[in-house]
Amino acid sequence: MKELSLHILDIAENSIGAKADFVRIAVDETVKEGYISIEIQDNGPGIQKEMIGSVADPFVTTRTERRIGMGISLFKAAAEQSCGAFDIESDEKKGTRVKAVFKKDHVDTAPVGDTAATIITLLAGNPGLDIRYEHATPENSFFLDTREIRQDLEGIDIDHPAVLEKIKELINDNIGSKR
Amino acid sequence: MAKLSVDDLKEIKERAAREASLRGGETTVKITVHMSTCGIAAGARDVMATLLEEKAESGRTDIKIIAGSCLGMCSSEPNITVEAADEEPIVYQHMDVNRARQVFKRHILKGEVQTDFALGKM
Repeated sequence: MKELSLHILDIAENSIGAKADFVRIAVDETVKEGYISIEIQDNGPGIQKEMIGSVADPFVTTRTERRIGMGISLFKAAAEQSCGAFDIESDEKKGTRVKAVFKKDHVDTAPVGDTAATIITLLAGNPGLDIRYEHATPENSFFLDTREIRQDLEGIDIDHPAVLEKIKELINDNIGSKR
Repeated sequence: MAKLSVDDLKEIKERAAREASLRGGETTVKITVHMSTCGIAAGARDVMATLLEEKAESGRTDIKIIAGSCLGMCSSEPNITVEAADEEPIVYQHMDVNRARQVFKRHILKGEVQTDFALGKM
């Protein structure tokens, strides 16, 4: 993937495919000097115990369209090749949490990229989904929660073009559009 | 927490009210952007962004753009499926920003199927 934000989109789409309707996305560029941590957590049904050890194996998938699943394997490989780390935890009651750490200045670490585009794509493509998005940079730290934004909208859909535009502006105002 | 400002909300509500008075809430065209690992790696997010831009520009509330799963045709990603009312669904392959814009402007707005980009042609 060309950007870390594309991995976020991919992993979050996994959550949606698993029937999650809430995803927490946390990007922390201040966690430890020179590192970026990315955490994606959902309220889906979790991954079976027998599967959890092998989800990063590309030849393990629950999908039927094709027999190879690359999403988690790619994310893990991207983290590990950049002197980072990868971890996945799943509980049938609490959902699944995927966490990866990247070394910022490593030659194999992709830029964080356009996280606003990732959030907008998730909201537009999956109108029933709620997202809590947290992002901390050395300059600023902020979060937004679509459950709260929905309340302010008083019945207007979150995937209305005008709403998506404003959410995009809000994110870019807080963390800058180029990362 | 970051929130939409009062001015933003006012602007959104005015625009939504204006569009709702022009058209009903019924969906006449559904566009599915296949948003799986293969699609995302090939550029599906940019395709989605383009379609959303075009939709916003057209002001058409009867067009629905959603994210879908993998079609199993990973080598032709990004794929999108266009389902217009009373028409056969069309799958377009190898989408990029410009092609997606063309599909939107010609097929969705004018009803001209872009056979050059279709996945299958007999």
